[in-house]
Amino acid sequence: MSEAERDDAGLPRDELLAPMLRRVIGVVTIVSLVALVLFGLWGAPTDEVQGDAQRVMYLHVPSAWLAYLAFFVTAAASALFLWRRTRAEVWDRLAGASAELGVMFTGLALVLGSIWGRPVWGVWWAWDARLVSTALLFFLFLGYCALRRIPAADPVGGAKRNAIAALIAFVDVPIVHFSVEWWRTLHQQATVFNPQLNPQIHGVMGLTLWLGTIAFTLLYVYLLDRRYRLAVLEDGRADRELERAIAERISTSRGVVA
Amino acid sequence: MTDVGYVIAGWSVAGIVLGAYTVRLVLRIRRAERESAPPESNT
Repeated sequence: MSEAERDDAGLPRDELLAPMLRRVIGVVTIVSLVALVLFGLWGAPTDEVQGDAQRVMYLHVPSAWLAYLAFFVTAAASALFLWRRTRAEVWDRLAGASAELGVMFTGLALVLGSIWGRPVWGVWWAWDARLVSTALLFFLFLGYCALRRIPAADPVGGAKRNAIAALIAFVDVPIVHFSVEWWRTLHQQATVFNPQLNPQIHGVMGLTLWLGTIAFTLLYVYLLDRRYRLAVLEDGRADRELERAIAERISTSRGVVA
Repeated sequence: MTDVGYVIAGWSVAGIVLGAYTVRLVLRIRRAERESAPPESNT
């Protein structure tokens, strides 16, 4: 790595967000999460049918939305890596960083859905099209994250392999979204992003749901920047270890020749 | 469990998962930055 690619502390410069923008997003994220807690637990009225248990929705729905967004970013970055004209390391790192966050948000959506489902449906889990396709999505991208940890002899070839796996796994995202339209399910149909694009939620409840979605999206952007940064640092460390191993090998072989 | 119990469980799980992931990520970055910095910048 050249000197121009390092900052004053000798660390790689490669970052997604400028430091000032990252700080602003961090502060706005904390403020919006605090507002979400206040509105979600106290500001929003109690649901007439589901009671207070419905308050889990203000976390469950944003988690599911972030799962979609994170895996869309992974798929888009993977496609950009596979396309020869746009191939760059940044897309591979971005895909991996976003997938890890997507797995976390999918897992959270599943657990929160289960906690919400128990008082409303009477069961923790049902073999329902939406639930099963979401669980499948979780394991598909968990497998993708595991695949990324398997080293490849050719780094570009390995990244291509990962990109193809991400695009295959992403096929499940529209299946998850439209499962409630295609099959008869226990899970309710889309309230906000329905086929008519006519949100069936009003007042403070809708406002709180949007607040949760914005807060989680900001958190995702912040964490994506940080996870990308970690990937840059880890790649740099792996490169240095490789260079050191090659140098040791060369010096050892010179010693044998001498 | 009452409705309030499910709400507390759900919000606690979300807080713990997101909080733990964020803290772990920040700590991993700090460790990686320490290990990535050239020796002269540590002085």
